Amino acid sequence: MSMMDSSLWFSLRLSAQVASVATVFVALIGMIIAYVLARMNFKGKEALDMICTLPLVLPPTVIGYYLIVLFGRNGFIGKLLYDWTGWSIMFTWYAAVLASFVVALPLMIKTSRAAMESVDENLIRASYTLGHSKLWTAFKIVLPLAKKGLIAGTILSFARAMGEFGATLMVAGNIPGRTDTMPLAIYSAAAGGDRSQATVMVVLFTLVSGSFLYLANKLSRRVL
Amino acid sequence: MGLAIDVKKRVNGFCLDVEWEIGNEFAVLFGCSGAGKSLTLRMLAGLMQPDSGSIRMNGRPLFDSSSGANLTPQERSFGYVFQDLALFPHMRVRENILYGAHGVPADEREQRADDMIERFRLSGLERKFPSELSGGQKQRVALARALIRKPAALLLDEPFSALDHPLRVELQQFLKEVLREFPIPVVFVTHDVLEAYAMADKIIVYAGGRIAQAGTPLQVFTNPADKEVELLVGSRERILHAAQMLPCPVGGSPRSSFF
Repeated sequence: MSMMDSSLWFSLRLSAQVASVATVFVALIGMIIAYVLARMNFKGKEALDMICTLPLVLPPTVIGYYLIVLFGRNGFIGKLLYDWTGWSIMFTWYAAVLASFVVALPLMIKTSRAAMESVDENLIRASYTLGHSKLWTAFKIVLPLAKKGLIAGTILSFARAMGEFGATLMVAGNIPGRTDTMPLAIYSAAAGGDRSQATVMVVLFTLVSGSFLYLANKLSRRVL
Repeated sequence: MGLAIDVKKRVNGFCLDVEWEIGNEFAVLFGCSGAGKSLTLRMLAGLMQPDSGSIRMNGRPLFDSSSGANLTPQERSFGYVFQDLALFPHMRVRENILYGAHGVPADEREQRADDMIERFRLSGLERKFPSELSGGQKQRVALARALIRKPAALLLDEPFSALDHPLRVELQQFLKEVLREFPIPVVFVTHDVLEAYAMADKIIVYAGGRIAQAGTPLQVFTNPADKEVELLVGSRERILHAAQMLPCPVGGSPRSSFF
C-alpha cells in the first residue's frame, strides 16, 4: 500500500510539475504569437497560423513522431544539442514538458487571438494618437482588455497539459519513478490489470483537475 | 502657418480630392455623411495614408508623397476625439486623462491632471470608470485626455452626435470656452447645420469628396456658392430663423460673431 501511495503521489506531483512548467512557456509564447497573428500583417501569416494550429488536429502520436525527428539524439536539433552538451532531452521529464507545450500551445493561441482581435480598434488608434508606441499600447490597452481570454486560454492549456498522454509516451517514455506522469501511470495500471490502483488514480486525477478548474473559474470571475 | 492639407485618396470607389488651409481657428468640416469628412480627419491624424499630396503643420510636412515623408500618428502629436470617444474602459477617469499626458515631464503630470480635471469640471469623478459616467461627462474626459499634452492641433469627429439637444448646446459652448486657452488649429467634423453655424470660425463644405465652398459662416450661409451648398445649408430664412433661436453665436469670439 505504501509503495502504491508513493508512486501515486510521485505521478501526481510530476504531472502538476510538467503541466505548470509547460503552461508558463505556453502562456508567454502563446501570447506573443497570438498578438502577432491578431495585430500584424505580413507574408506567411497564414502559414504561421496553420503550423501553430496543426497540433490541435494531428494525433498525439504524429506530434510525438515529429518531436523525435526534431529532438531525438539523431534529430535535427537533438543531434546538435547532444554533440554540444552530451545531453539528450529524450526520456527525461523535460521531454514531457516539451510534449505538453506543443499540444497546449494552439489552445492558448486560438483563445488569446480571438480575445485580442475583439479589442475595439478605436481604442488602439486613440492610444497611438495620444503618442504611445505599439509596444506600450499592447501592454496597457490590448493585453488588459483581452485579459478574460488570456486567463481562459491559460486554464485550458494547463488542463490540456495535465492530460497529455500520447506524445509524452513517445518522447519521455513511461519510466516508473522518472517520467510516468499520471495519465501514463493510469495506463500502466490499467494495462497491468491493477484495477484498484487505476481506480484510485483516476478518481484522484479527476478531483484534482476538477477542483483546479473550479478555482480558476472562480478566480477569473473575481478578476473580471 | 497653421494646418494645410492637399490630398487625393481613393477608397472602395469613393474618390476624395480636397485642399484647404486653416490658421489657429475653429474650422468645421460640414457635409452629409459619406462626403469624406471623417476620412480627411483620419489622414490628418496619420491613421490613414493619402494616395498622393501633402499635409503640413506650420510649414513642416507631416505627409508628402513627393518626398516620401509620412509621420506616424505618435509623431504628429494631434489631439483626436473619436465619434465613440474611445475612452479606455479599464481605466478610471484620472488614469484616462493621465494616459494622454505622454511626453509631459514626470514632475508636471499630476499637477497638469489636477488642472485638467478642474477645468473640465470633472472634480469628484476622478475614481469613476467610463461606464459610470453620463454622456456629457464622457465627452469632457475625452476632451481633457486629448488636450492635456497641449497638442499641435485638435481633431474632433462628430463628438457630440450622440447627445440630445440641450446638452449638445451646452457642450458646444463649453468647448469654445475651453479652447480659448488653446490657440491651436481645431478641425471639427459635423453634418449638423446648426452645430456648424454655432461653432465655426471657418466652414469648409464637403460634397461628394471635394470642397464645395469654404469661408466664414456668414459667407457660406448668406452666399452659397452653388445649388448644392444652398441645399446643404438650407434656405437663408431658415438659417437666420434658427440662428435667432440660439442664445448667441457660441463662444462669441470676435472672429465668429457677426451679429
